[in-house]
Amino acid sequence: MTNTEPSLNEPQLSHATLPRGAQWLVGVAAVALGGLALVLGVGIVGAAVIALLGFLIGYPLWALLVENRRSATDKLVTGLVWTAFAVAVIPLIWLVYTVVSRGAATLSPEFLTYSMRSVTGDEQGGLYHALIGTLIVTGIAAVISIPIGIMTAIYLIEYGKGNRLAKTITFLVDVMTGIPSIVAGLFAFALFTLLVGPGTRFGFGGGIALSLLMIPTVVRSTEEMLKLVPDDLREAAYALGVPKWRTITKMVLPTAIGGIVTGVVLSISRVIGETAPLLVASGFNPNLNTSAFDDSPMMTVPVFIYTQLSEATAKGVEYAWGGALVLFILVMVLNLIARIVGTIFAPKTGR
Amino acid sequence: MTVAADPGADPGVDPKSELISGRGSVGDVVFRGLAVIAATLIMVALAAVFIFLGIEGIPGFSVDEQHYAGQGSFLGLVVPLLFATMYAAVLALIVAVPFSVAIALFISHYAPRRIATPVAYVIDLLAAVPSVVFGLWGAVVLGPYLVPTHAWLSENMAWLPFFDGQPSGNGRTLFTAAIVLAVMILPIITSICREVFAQTPRLHEEAALALGATRWEMVRYAVFPYARSGMVSAVMLGLGRALGETMAIAMIVSPKVLISLFIIGTNNPQTIAAHIAQGYKESTPDRLSVLIATGLVLFAFTFLVNALARWIVARGRAK
Repeated sequence: MTNTEPSLNEPQLSHATLPRGAQWLVGVAAVALGGLALVLGVGIVGAAVIALLGFLIGYPLWALLVENRRSATDKLVTGLVWTAFAVAVIPLIWLVYTVVSRGAATLSPEFLTYSMRSVTGDEQGGLYHALIGTLIVTGIAAVISIPIGIMTAIYLIEYGKGNRLAKTITFLVDVMTGIPSIVAGLFAFALFTLLVGPGTRFGFGGGIALSLLMIPTVVRSTEEMLKLVPDDLREAAYALGVPKWRTITKMVLPTAIGGIVTGVVLSISRVIGETAPLLVASGFNPNLNTSAFDDSPMMTVPVFIYTQLSEATAKGVEYAWGGALVLFILVMVLNLIARIVGTIFAPKTGR
Repeated sequence: MTVAADPGADPGVDPKSELISGRGSVGDVVFRGLAVIAATLIMVALAAVFIFLGIEGIPGFSVDEQHYAGQGSFLGLVVPLLFATMYAAVLALIVAVPFSVAIALFISHYAPRRIATPVAYVIDLLAAVPSVVFGLWGAVVLGPYLVPTHAWLSENMAWLPFFDGQPSGNGRTLFTAAIVLAVMILPIITSICREVFAQTPRLHEEAALALGATRWEMVRYAVFPYARSGMVSAVMLGLGRALGETMAIAMIVSPKVLISLFIIGTNNPQTIAAHIAQGYKESTPDRLSVLIATGLVLFAFTFLVNALARWIVARGRAK
């Protein structure tokens, strides 16, 4: 179009637009506004909020004046989406920063190798007993859950294929996923109260409680992985006369093993941080207890954090942060392992 | 995430081995048997959960009234607890849902791919942080930090029943707990929303854009209608998670069994899970069976919420 003045009977096909880089311009203005607020003594958080509001109001307003309402709404939503992302990242960074900085102050060889056995006042204590307890309890949960979970997934995908038992199991796994973790702990506690005696709290009980929470996640992730194995593979094996169980163990499982291992490791990292069920089922104990089957409580790292915080002493809070850092590192290492395994066995083709 | 094996590759079995002889059938029977046993074990485990909780918990519905934490009867105890459980979860949802949907949109439609992938990973990492660490952070760091906010809310927002009263001096309130709870359920809602947003047919989106829709209009008229049932179920699953969450509330809030909308004071409504966690040490069998009975109520309630979520998903899929 050469004529700049659109005539009245011709439809208007274009309209004025904001200059390129308008958002940066508004951004700079908003930051300046925030800076001004900071100088006037609003405080850093207040200044950030003012700068943000300045941007969220100013940019759409400009668009409203120059362009139209639709464009202004679009720019407002874009601003809000970016803001939501930025705001949500704050707690994560804050959390990680506090856990690492305050935990690192407590972490020491003594902290990792001492238990809380008869520690009073300013004496050095540690979470050695809790660390061993966590490894034992999580190990028990893993030993119970991994075979049951994987075999159940094999049943659902390879044998069940939509029959009534498979449908029931799928539903029950869904129900299990929704069990509140503390109810799992109560179950283990109730079970061993009846089987062993009232008030029984020991490591094996905690393991049972955790396995109840772990089995559904293992089943789910293994199921997903087995579904991805192409049917061609199975059919090729059957065509060669390979029995079904050999097909599964020699073809299907090796094909899916990367994803299965990733899922299993992630499910371990989920249950290793569970607190409530262990509080109820394993109890707490300031001493080292290496026997999961003795009728005596077994300490775990999450419960250690909880009890140290409830001590409400400066030392207790310090130990709680140390425990939090140890737990955090455990979980992150497990996640890292899962990611590495996932990458190594990642499909070589496809997206 | 699996090796898409080449069908032409070595299938991994030697056809001359005994594998294809008749002996395979014994292995078949055994292996199938193992799979069936594992699947049945799940059924047994769940039945055991109901049976043992029932045996230990049902007496708790009608024990001597002194065991109901001063509430007189089971209903008198469980109704305020259930109210608080629901209340805390809904508060957390109010904070978490807008953020989750926005972050999911950010990852699926707004952010450049270079940013979107790490952000998605970081959000998943947030899900991996143990709840006890969140609780510790909420009680020791976030609570004290929010004390001025509490004071401000009680001064300026007292016309709302939530903020009408004397604010807490240490920030260990339901207000703080709801924020921590929101951060904890954000990853689960975000990741489900993200998946359903990403499943919107590309053609729908491109058609909307071709008609001159802005990006927001495209999201509103193409993505949201397609993702509605998935979003609802994501919110319900987040609700289910928030209902069963124990440690954040037990560690942050200074609780009392009561029904109250006021969330920034020193007495806060106590949730079922936190009530159990804080009362589990009491060793009288009657008190324990009351706690287990409240646990049963919590289980039934979360089960209902999750069932509703699944029903919504199934209905959405059938359309």
